[in-house]
Amino acid sequence: MITQHLPILQVIIPLLAAPLCLLASDRRVAWAVSLAASWAAFLIAALLLDQTLKLGVITYALGGWSVPWGIEYRVDNVNALVLLIVTAVSSAVLTFARRSVVKELPSARVHLFYALYVLCLGGLLGITVTGDAFNLFVFMEISALASYALIALSEERRALTASYQYLFMGTIGATFILIGIGLLYMMTGTLNIQDLSQRLPAVAASHTVETAFAFITVGISIKIALMPLHLWLPNAYTYAPSVVTAFIAATATKVAFYVLLRFMFTIFGVSFAFKNMPLSIIFMALALTAIFAGSTAAIFQDNVKRMLAYSSVAQIGYMILGISLASATGLTAAILHLFNHALMKGALFLALGCVCYRLGVANIEQMRGLGRGMPWTMAAFVIGGLSLVGVPLTVGFISKWYLVVGALEQGWWPLAVAVLLTSLLTLIYVWRVVEAAYFQTPVAARADDVREAPRSMLLPTWALIIANLYFGIDTRLTVDVASQAARQLLGLSG
Amino acid sequence: MNPETALPLAFWTPLGGAVLIAFSGSRGAMRELLSLVTSALLFVSVTALAPAVLEGARPGLTIAEPLPRLPLQLTVEPLGLMFALLASLLWIVTTVYSIGYMRARRETNLTRFYACFALSLWAAVGMALAGNLLTLFVFYEVLTLSTYPLVTHSGSEQARRSGRLYLGLLLAPSVGFLLLAVIWTWQLAGTLDFVEGGSLRGTASPSVLGILFALYAFGIAKAALMPLHRWLPAAMVAPTPVSALLHAVAVVKGGVFFILKITLYVFGIDLVAELQTTQWLLYLAAATILLASLVALRKDNLKARLAYSTISQLGYVVLGAFLATSSGIIGGSLHMIMHAFGKITLFFCAGAILVATQISSISQMQGLGRYMPLTMSAFLIGALSIIGLPPAGGVWSKWFLMLGTLEAGQQALLAALMASSLLSALYLLMIPLRAFFSPPSAELAAEGIREAPLSCLLAIGFTALGCVGLFFYADALYAVARLLTGGGYHG
Repeated sequence: MITQHLPILQVIIPLLAAPLCLLASDRRVAWAVSLAASWAAFLIAALLLDQTLKLGVITYALGGWSVPWGIEYRVDNVNALVLLIVTAVSSAVLTFARRSVVKELPSARVHLFYALYVLCLGGLLGITVTGDAFNLFVFMEISALASYALIALSEERRALTASYQYLFMGTIGATFILIGIGLLYMMTGTLNIQDLSQRLPAVAASHTVETAFAFITVGISIKIALMPLHLWLPNAYTYAPSVVTAFIAATATKVAFYVLLRFMFTIFGVSFAFKNMPLSIIFMALALTAIFAGSTAAIFQDNVKRMLAYSSVAQIGYMILGISLASATGLTAAILHLFNHALMKGALFLALGCVCYRLGVANIEQMRGLGRGMPWTMAAFVIGGLSLVGVPLTVGFISKWYLVVGALEQGWWPLAVAVLLTSLLTLIYVWRVVEAAYFQTPVAARADDVREAPRSMLLPTWALIIANLYFGIDTRLTVDVASQAARQLLGLSG
Repeated sequence: MNPETALPLAFWTPLGGAVLIAFSGSRGAMRELLSLVTSALLFVSVTALAPAVLEGARPGLTIAEPLPRLPLQLTVEPLGLMFALLASLLWIVTTVYSIGYMRARRETNLTRFYACFALSLWAAVGMALAGNLLTLFVFYEVLTLSTYPLVTHSGSEQARRSGRLYLGLLLAPSVGFLLLAVIWTWQLAGTLDFVEGGSLRGTASPSVLGILFALYAFGIAKAALMPLHRWLPAAMVAPTPVSALLHAVAVVKGGVFFILKITLYVFGIDLVAELQTTQWLLYLAAATILLASLVALRKDNLKARLAYSTISQLGYVVLGAFLATSSGIIGGSLHMIMHAFGKITLFFCAGAILVATQISSISQMQGLGRYMPLTMSAFLIGALSIIGLPPAGGVWSKWFLMLGTLEAGQQALLAALMASSLLSALYLLMIPLRAFFSPPSAELAAEGIREAPLSCLLAIGFTALGCVGLFFYADALYAVARLLTGGGYHG
């Protein structure tokens, strides 16, 4: 039965599509191949989520080699949700990409873009689906290398330095993670995540395990751009091609965040990470710094892409804050925000992609009066922005609600107040754009010749916007899966 | 129409209208017709709900369940019914008025204007019919956001700055205080439903509940309790129909409606009466009433004066709620209606004067009664209603509010209410009196001024007659308000 092989198909289809795109060397064929691969991956992710909801955890022994000799793929509620959101955003972005890429990349490199894109996608899905710590590292490198190249594809020359910066930081992060995994292997003799989680408690008291914990935490923190390790992010997001920004912003940091959850909760376990190690207080302090500093920096940006990049730094803070509560509600909030933030940022960066398609840049100055010329694009930006602020009836409200309930549960009401007040900082930077687009007179030179973006770009943007609204009103799927996932991670139930 | 069809119809009509208007393109007559039809349909469907609700039925509708055990749902009860009837009836009138006003002023961006107007009414109806705190909060926020484009309508630098103030001063407390209070209530009571007699009693110590009550009082900035009132004068930069319907009726009444709701159904009047905070909040309300009246006295711009008058009058409703006696609640809820009719009349008149003469400052309105007798007569009636003099409806609500202060043994508050009535007589009555009895200035006489367009006059006439009608037929409203304090409809 093919359904048994879904976990491996999830990874192998995008990976195989990459050389096909390269061989095709025609941008239309490459686009079709990568699009088909991405949608197939989305379908598989949906089926996998359905199976885990019905049957519980799915395990798959790669090549028939049984654990612990072979590599195991393992899908539970946590990564099933991540697989779904990554493939969904990826498919929307690829549908969007056809027109945008032609405009922003040199035509000779377009098929390379598609090849790298599916390679990166395959890497991200591999990280998510695997149940083996070393395999996870390998996929992490695949996706990271692909994304460095994706950023460097841009015609903008500053993209090269941005990519180099990202490569530098990313490699340090990866090395740290590898050192950590090596130390864990030394102590336990296994790389299988389930095995690790069973054998670690016996040796947890050693300094080696504590060192491994420190290396891994810092390594992953670089990958998720937790302040103060976020320095690679703003430049990478600003200078990358629009579609790459949308894809990486919505998926790469989310997958890295998933890796953090996996290591902290499944491998090390709550009691080690939060009782033996002072993770809670460190994460809370860093998260609050990220939220305040990221949001404040965003307010002062004139380039809207950079503004949203700093906003991402802040939003990552909210997710980390959810972890630092170390409770079922806090963790639910973090997982919900992982999903919801991917929807928001995906939608917002695609809307900006539309703007860049017509204007070439996304500066606030140039966007004055754009509400008239590009009504659908700017309406999408407004709704996405409101979702980012956390206005009711959008996904942003749902994650904020859980975060505040989580904080109040523990009696930390200043934290609840901080979460709510920082949404106002978000409002300020979103509103600068809204005000410019709707209530300021257009730039004289541009006058009225700006037209709405092509339909092939508007449709995927609006699909994500509608998802922002839909999952803000009907949360049965997301909240159920997220709260079950949180309980699984905390070991409260199967 | 039975309640099962009337309720969904009442809820979805304004939203559907807003969408249709947004897609009507730039066909002027079409969007005006759509606005009229939508408002009429809304009024009819809300009216159809009334008989059943007054007989004690509580028709409900669940729209969605965004959070487990926390649905977005509608439940119609007497107070919400009153608010919904008020907003939908005055929307029809305002639409008629807008058609004349917006054409005469040659305003642009009218599709956005009418669409956002319908959206704001959707939010107001959503608030009126909300079946739990979450729903009420959600539509409170929708109302803020949907009125923002109306405030900044003109797009001038001043409009944008006022818009920022408006949005910031309404959203910041609603997120920082109100949302926190709602979630805290959820933590304490385990429910956000509206319960007769309140759901919070005994869930925490009185001092904690007192803090929570203050969070609500300050979080609901739409009730314009000082020092959170600055957004209302800022909103006056909007076109007059917006100031009239939204910033004298829907938005501000939404604020005091929220206060009445939590007083009645979340805390319960017995608990409110026991809380220590209540006493301080009562003094704050009284201070708001007096200070806003004093500021109004000094404003020469007519709309600014009316805005401060609104702040003062909203204080009456809040005070009525915080008195936590049956007369206070009855007076507060009646005042919601009476003030709405009076103030919308005054704003309509201010707009009519602006359209006919381009004048917005009071000092230039001397002798205007000679050229615009109908407008200035209506202004007089509206002013009488606000002051609380017969033959206008405002008498009755002030009567009950004063009775409420005596019931609660708060003689100082009674004095504050009376002083403020005197002040309002000063700042409002002088305007029509000078218009009728002072000689017009030379420029005014030279200009050949005539009354505003017919559609404006129709609207003004309707609301002015409404003020008088409410004086003679207030018993119907009183019967509804009595239901809130546990009395029977026919009793």
